[in-house]
Amino acid sequence: MSADVELSNVSVTFGSFFAAKNVSVKIEGGEFFSFLGPSGCGKTTLLRAISGFQDPSEGNVLIDNKDMSGIGPNKRPTALIFQNLALFPLMTVSENIAFSLEVRGVSKTDRQKRADELLELIALEGQGEKKVHQLSGGQKQRVAIARALAVEPKVLLLDEPLSALDLKLRQRMRTELREIQKRVNITFIYITHDQGEALTMSDRIAVMNEGELEQVGPCDEVYNNPRTPFVATFVGENNPIYGRIKSIDGKTVEIDTPDGIFRSTINDNTNLNINDDAIAFVRPESLFLPRSDDNFDNSLPVIIDSFEFEGNIKNFYAHLKSGTKIKFSVPNAIDTSHIKNGSSINLGFDSQKSIILPKAPLAID
Amino acid sequence: MNSYFFTQPFFKKNGRAIAIYFLVAIIFWFVFLVIIPQLYMLDLSFRTNVPPLERGGPKDFYTFEHYQHFVFGSKTAQDAFNFVDLGVFGRTILVSIFVTLANLAFCYPIAFYIAKIANPSTARLLIVSLIIPFWINELLRSFALRILFANEGVINNVLTGIGIIDQGILFITYDIGLYTGLIYAYILLMMFPLYNAIESLDVNQIEAAKDLGSSTFRTHWRVVIPHAKPGIVSGCTMVFMLTVGALATPVVLSSPNTLWFPQLIYQWFNMNDNWSRGSAYSIILLIISVIFVLTMMRIFKVRIGEIIR
Repeated sequence: MSADVELSNVSVTFGSFFAAKNVSVKIEGGEFFSFLGPSGCGKTTLLRAISGFQDPSEGNVLIDNKDMSGIGPNKRPTALIFQNLALFPLMTVSENIAFSLEVRGVSKTDRQKRADELLELIALEGQGEKKVHQLSGGQKQRVAIARALAVEPKVLLLDEPLSALDLKLRQRMRTELREIQKRVNITFIYITHDQGEALTMSDRIAVMNEGELEQVGPCDEVYNNPRTPFVATFVGENNPIYGRIKSIDGKTVEIDTPDGIFRSTINDNTNLNINDDAIAFVRPESLFLPRSDDNFDNSLPVIIDSFEFEGNIKNFYAHLKSGTKIKFSVPNAIDTSHIKNGSSINLGFDSQKSIILPKAPLAID
Repeated sequence: MNSYFFTQPFFKKNGRAIAIYFLVAIIFWFVFLVIIPQLYMLDLSFRTNVPPLERGGPKDFYTFEHYQHFVFGSKTAQDAFNFVDLGVFGRTILVSIFVTLANLAFCYPIAFYIAKIANPSTARLLIVSLIIPFWINELLRSFALRILFANEGVINNVLTGIGIIDQGILFITYDIGLYTGLIYAYILLMMFPLYNAIESLDVNQIEAAKDLGSSTFRTHWRVVIPHAKPGIVSGCTMVFMLTVGALATPVVLSSPNTLWFPQLIYQWFNMNDNWSRGSAYSIILLIISVIFVLTMMRIFKVRIGEIIR
């Protein structure tokens, strides 16, 4: 059983500080939904508002269309997985998992049965008698999930639960979380500052900045069609090129920059006029080394500064004549031995792979 | 030999002067302040009570008479047992256990509030308010309570004044003053171990329990108290030992017809000039305290290292 979660004009203030500002979003039942944003953007505050630990200063949280105001965290159909997991160190793994049943007065044998079922779900059969400190990081993670699932919540809330794990484990847990979500088929609301995590697991993501929702949508849409310069630079990497609008022809826009005129694409709901200040964004993977048979409608003259080898790709750092920094990446399979530091080359990019947005602050890393 | 001694890692690490200072201080404390007085008292408790001049003479020999006196009373007594002393002893133990539990019940919510609920400035204010009264000597605090609890004291005057009661309550006669005084006397020794233990609990643990559907009572019973157990045992042992050995508070606050066991010891030492019997009674008190600590550790499955953290 899954439930819809709806935030309706939710604001949370601490004194005069808005931790969350007028947030409205509807999360569908059974969805894997992520709030993505830098630390301090208010995403944890929203999660606490959904779980009941934080009353919204304004607005309402609705779960299954029922207003949750005045209902404590122990009475909501939600379960929260804490960033540090908050497993009970003095209890065994089974006791941890069955804690929610214990407090509901479920008999010991039934509790044990349910704990065993859940241990099987998380592939820790027969390890119920262990103490929490005897488990590895990934196992603890899974126990925390099992503990949260024990009472069959309708909504599972996850507060950056993977942040303490090492890279390999984190990647494996992403797949595992996704699989568990499919198996139990309940709403997952996930909080993270890691866009890779959000993109790989989620059905939809909400990008947050300074307490406000910048954009909500399916992962590919947010990545390919960012609505604001913040989203464009926070989700994935992007090269901003500043300039003024020269012409608008349907979806194709020309932008006049100190480094020349480039063609880019404008979204339907972006409001830009001739001569407006704007930024054209083009991602590192959309910039290509020139080849004779390619036919890009933009050519970007850059001077190479440095190079880094990442394994599957090679990253090049360069600058334009005006000084604007440009990063582009090339698959490792392509030979780049002729590109040296200081060499000037023309990169090609397709206007359809570039997005133009009104000038606004970027996400600062 | 000398040079070997000084090449030990302890000397190398701390330097010769500091190392010697450490050793002297520790040895002085342990030998002169712990071992010798206790051994001397133990030895004295098994000796006959003779004036100092006759020490080592024919009348000074080892005997169980003081311990026998505690159990059976004087040889000329009519009763089979020393009901008076045993009664005082038993009552002291029972009341001390009660005082300890009452102290725990009183301190736990305050410690929890200061450690986990209050904002930092309120917490500081509360801690200071707890400490300030203890800048005043225990004896003076007891007298202050005596003034409050006396038959014509502040509490009775106020209660009769506003008409809640017609006649003053006999707080002192019924030892209510004594119990209050004893609970208050060592409250800090319960408060701080409890506070430290609760303070170190991750707030997420409490929230996790609540999120999993646990009531407030359950959360305390299953999460907070188990975590605070070493602090509880530590506080209880200290409060019990100090209460069972308290002298000033009972002298000032107990009703005229009740005696506290340390008062009995005091009488043997000072009024009856029988240091041997006083020593024997002290040893009995010491043994009871040790048994209490060991029992607490056994019941709560706590090791000594956890208590003295």
